[in-house]
Amino acid sequence: MVVPRHWREREHRYRLVATKCKICGRIYFPPRSVCPNCGRKSIGNMEKLQLSGNGTVYTYTIVHSGMNAFKLQKPYILAIIELEEGPRVTGQIVDAEPNEVYIGMPVRMVFRRIRQEGASGIIHYGYKFAPR
Amino acid sequence: MVGIVSYGAYIPRFRIDTGEIARVWGEDPNRAKKSLLVESKAVAGPDEDACTMAVEASRYAIRRWGGDPADIDVIYVGSESHPYAVKPTASILADALGASPHVMAVDLEFACKAGTAGLISAMAMVKSGMARFGLAVGSDTAQGAPGDALEYTAASGAAAFIVGSQGVIARLNGFHSVTTDTPDFWRRAGRPYPRHGGRFTGQPAYFKHILMAARGLMEKMGTGPEDYDFAIFHQPNTKFPLSAGKRLGFPKEKILPGIVVNKIGNTYAASMLMGLARVLDKAEPGQRILAVSFGSGAGSDAFDFTVTENIEAIRVDGVPTVDELIERGRFVDYAIYAKYRGKILMGDEE
Ligand SMILES: [Zn+2]
Repeated sequence: MVVPRHWREREHRYRLVATKCKICGRIYFPPRSVCPNCGRKSIGNMEKLQLSGNGTVYTYTIVHSGMNAFKLQKPYILAIIELEEGPRVTGQIVDAEPNEVYIGMPVRMVFRRIRQEGASGIIHYGYKFAPR
Repeated sequence: MVGIVSYGAYIPRFRIDTGEIARVWGEDPNRAKKSLLVESKAVAGPDEDACTMAVEASRYAIRRWGGDPADIDVIYVGSESHPYAVKPTASILADALGASPHVMAVDLEFACKAGTAGLISAMAMVKSGMARFGLAVGSDTAQGAPGDALEYTAASGAAAFIVGSQGVIARLNGFHSVTTDTPDFWRRAGRPYPRHGGRFTGQPAYFKHILMAARGLMEKMGTGPEDYDFAIFHQPNTKFPLSAGKRLGFPKEKILPGIVVNKIGNTYAASMLMGLARVLDKAEPGQRILAVSFGSGAGSDAFDFTVTENIEAIRVDGVPTVDELIERGRFVDYAIYAKYRGKILMGDEE
């Protein structure tokens, strides 16, 4: 059952909301409710943090035979983005051609359709990245 | 004082030349360029829809504004291409912006004027004291049936306006609206493409309502064309707004700054609002704007705005102007356009 899971995760998928450990200051995205560094002490000490959405391409690959859901977009760029605040996140790069992407490229978060559960199902929205 | 406090526009990256559409359907490649004065139109990517574009335009508006999205008490999203038949675009937008949960959010539909219907409704909520700030968005991935005359212009784009009573960049001086039952363009429930009354869409629909709303407003305000620096009209093509303006007594120079349709096509619920955004990109304090939308079915909303000195403060880095969005276009051929806009019959998913 994907609908409830997607619904629960919408805050970070829609808006890049991370969590920050108040004890050691580490920032987690996707958000965590416990800091692996501080363990039990961090319980109740994790606060929400709105990330800026800006980052740079840490590394990337060009996907030529991806999932069916991305059939209309191939070949497409899948990258690991290093966000300004530190966390690294995997995401698709849009509004750029495969030959235009490079390591270190400045990108910003954009809101796109990720996939849909068939023509009658729920549409999953979330973050992708575009050149900035 | 109630008015616009910020705005943002979004135009997807892809473009198709109207000559390329004509090539596929065996028509004169210069037809749309000569008769409609439309060179190209904006095409949304396969992972874009009216909701994603509404989010992008609204995020630009919020960045210019610099306020807290949680202070937005009302959200209207006008579109004729909401991604769901039942389930509001406005609720997704509210969450994506961080305006939820304490917000009244709802979708509107009135062909190409659903966005301006939201704009005046949000202003009324602010003026009555029922909302601190309001957000009105017009967003569409408009589709014409393949081979239909509409296909040359039906385009994708969004424009978002934050309204309020503090930090107003364009004060609302007055408003007038007209509505009649006019079957010039329609799409029945469950049908993918609209139908229209051909030539009937001009005189008894577009011109009648635009002229009636504009004249009604100027009569209310005791103004004439000479009192306005800019006149913006709904733009299904470039010819119609120029002709409507001429009949109202506006010189071309006051209309051209609000024209975007020649490069990006008719963005439906975003059309007039995109023109307004382009004018606000360059307007100076004290300048007065007449802006009139048109929605088939049919009706027009006419607005009278005066730009304030606050306009300079929202011209921030990192938010593109309408011209910058227009310029970033990447042209695709008809096959790619058909793939992106769901015009190819695919096999079963997954
Ligand atoms: Zn920690």
